[in-house]
Amino acid sequence: MPSLRALLTGTRGRTAPDWTDWLTYGYLVLGLLLMFGPVVWMVMSSFKTPAALNEFPPQLLPYGQAEVNVPGYDRPLPLYRVKVADGATRTLAEVRRIGLTATMVDPAHPQDEIKVDAKDRERVRELKFAWGNYVEIFGKFAFGRYLWNSVFITVVATLITLIFNAMAAFALSKYRFTGHNVVFLMVLSTLMIPPTIILVPNFLVISQLGLLNSLWGVIWPAVATPTGVFLLRQYMLTIPDELIDAARMDNASEWRIFWRIILPLSAPALAVLAIFSVMWRWNDFLWPLIVLSRSENFTLQLALNAFQGELTTQWNYLLAMTVITLLPITAVFAFLQRYIATGIASAGVK
Amino acid sequence: MASLKLDRIGKRFGTATVIHDVELDVADGEFVVFVGPSGCGKSTLLRMISGLEPVSDGDLFIDGKRVNDVPAAQRGLAMVFQSYALYPHMTVRQNLAFGLENLRTPAEEIEKRVQAAAKLLRLDALLQRRPTQLSGGQRQRVAIGRAIVREPRIFLFDEPLSNLDAELRVAMRAEITALHRRLRTTMIYVTHDQVEAMTMADKIVVLRAGRVEQIGSPLDLYRRPRNRFVAGFIGSPQMNFLKASATARDDAHMNVALEAAPATPVEVRARASVGPGSPIHVGIRPEHVRLDAPAEPAIEVVAVVERLEQLGGISFVYCRLPSGEALTVQVLGPLGQRAGESIALRLPVASLHLFSGTEDAPALTEH
Repeated sequence: MPSLRALLTGTRGRTAPDWTDWLTYGYLVLGLLLMFGPVVWMVMSSFKTPAALNEFPPQLLPYGQAEVNVPGYDRPLPLYRVKVADGATRTLAEVRRIGLTATMVDPAHPQDEIKVDAKDRERVRELKFAWGNYVEIFGKFAFGRYLWNSVFITVVATLITLIFNAMAAFALSKYRFTGHNVVFLMVLSTLMIPPTIILVPNFLVISQLGLLNSLWGVIWPAVATPTGVFLLRQYMLTIPDELIDAARMDNASEWRIFWRIILPLSAPALAVLAIFSVMWRWNDFLWPLIVLSRSENFTLQLALNAFQGELTTQWNYLLAMTVITLLPITAVFAFLQRYIATGIASAGVK
Repeated sequence: MASLKLDRIGKRFGTATVIHDVELDVADGEFVVFVGPSGCGKSTLLRMISGLEPVSDGDLFIDGKRVNDVPAAQRGLAMVFQSYALYPHMTVRQNLAFGLENLRTPAEEIEKRVQAAAKLLRLDALLQRRPTQLSGGQRQRVAIGRAIVREPRIFLFDEPLSNLDAELRVAMRAEITALHRRLRTTMIYVTHDQVEAMTMADKIVVLRAGRVEQIGSPLDLYRRPRNRFVAGFIGSPQMNFLKASATARDDAHMNVALEAAPATPVEVRARASVGPGSPIHVGIRPEHVRLDAPAEPAIEVVAVVERLEQLGGISFVYCRLPSGEALTVQVLGPLGQRAGESIALRLPVASLHLFSGTEDAPALTEH
């Protein structure tokens, strides 16, 4: 795309780069490194073996010991670059090493064993992706279970959030009942209460309802969001009342007006709320940590936390899990980001 | 098909009363136009008939049945809105079918009625389009089509043509009139445009500030305006009003002397409920002022031509009388005089309307 190239290489100076170009690009590159550096490091590290992770100095790319299959040996043999007696350097496979002496073979001539001083050899390293990290977490731990819990909570809570908030917003934007402004202000004023303050009351309610250690105990307290009601109400105010009058003349029940007229026309605002809700629920940590104490109910965020053992942490698996945890949010953002822009612009909030 | 009766209908918003004691009978199949300046309450009255706005006082009858408490959907009426109010996310076909789907009409019946309405309104080729892809006139036809498919007992139109350009407005006016002739359904039409009212209505209801000023056929209102407001509102260009003084002669006649021509009083047939020398307003329509001397009695005045509008077939002459009052005259064909020249005008006595005092005081003349 020529336009993209023009965008990426655009300069202020006509012929030579202006000093502002240096400044701008320097600033942008720094920002890029700051933002993407950790993500890239994490993704790359998730492909490393535990040995590669513990290596010092650390490498960005997942390098590993190169190996070769040599006829006559059951397992692949590690490759070394060896300085042999005549001063030349050869690439040999190591059969075994005892003390300071390593026994090597030339992969081309596996029958001749060569004795080498262990000091004269150097590992041959190559790019090696440890896909096993990703495969094994599904088998080794209840990772599928955690993933399912997270997906269930996110999807169900988002659907309920959309429907409940849209209904509240419909009533607050299109019905003129006594005190509708008071109700709206009360809904909005809950924004001023930090979630940590109502943590204990919420917990007591959930516990009385017998929802502790249940996914529904995470879902129900989260579905009514003042932000969502506000965002949807502001959007629904822009839907002309005449459309609703027309639907009433068309024999539509109030529920049908909501379902067939209001909801489809609020799609951009609903998309924004859906994105927010997915992000909130997916990344939620504190509330699930309190409600869910049995490990089979853990969400991914809780599992990631629990996976950091007291004595050892299997970083390769932890990083692989983290990458998988990031994927849905990334996908949601990639596909729905234009809605975020338009929706936020029209709703004028956050 | 239904008749409609409004019995002392009133509407209050809080302490403000916007509709006062409206009485109206609409016969089955009649085309009634509510007309009045903006803010006169005509749209509110229509919305009360539709059921979208609750009635504060009085009773509303459709086909003799009181419907004050019947919700809009169950009154069997259909409404065409000023903004068309087409559902933007639905195609034309879905827009037309929505009302029938809500009534759980069988699919083949819906299809039949949609097709019939589409054919009637020449929308066949547009059924798959969305409202945003249609022109103003097409949207208007879809809005009317949405009303037709429901086969309502009464059609309600809320200023349906005010968003169209002049040319299209004339065409749509004819289409709605033709539609009424074909369907013979009762129609109630709200407009602020007296030309629409005059050309379309069987019966015109002139409203001002929430009160009915006069109800009658277009020609009735033109010939026998009940007060100065109706006289000024109906007819284009507006009726001229000149100051005069009147003295009763007997029960049915009075002597009228224009301020512009005080020396030549004339005798006019009028209800003589005014004292001697009381100030009145004399109204005369621009098309009734004559340049030649008629056989019938007339008031003669000399005026100065201020401005001329020559339309070819007719001309409008804007004159200034010696008393300083303005007078608009409509004459056939082009006019010999030019601006600044004086012109002799005759106001035939038979065409004069006499009004006493305020705008809503009843007319003194009975034509």
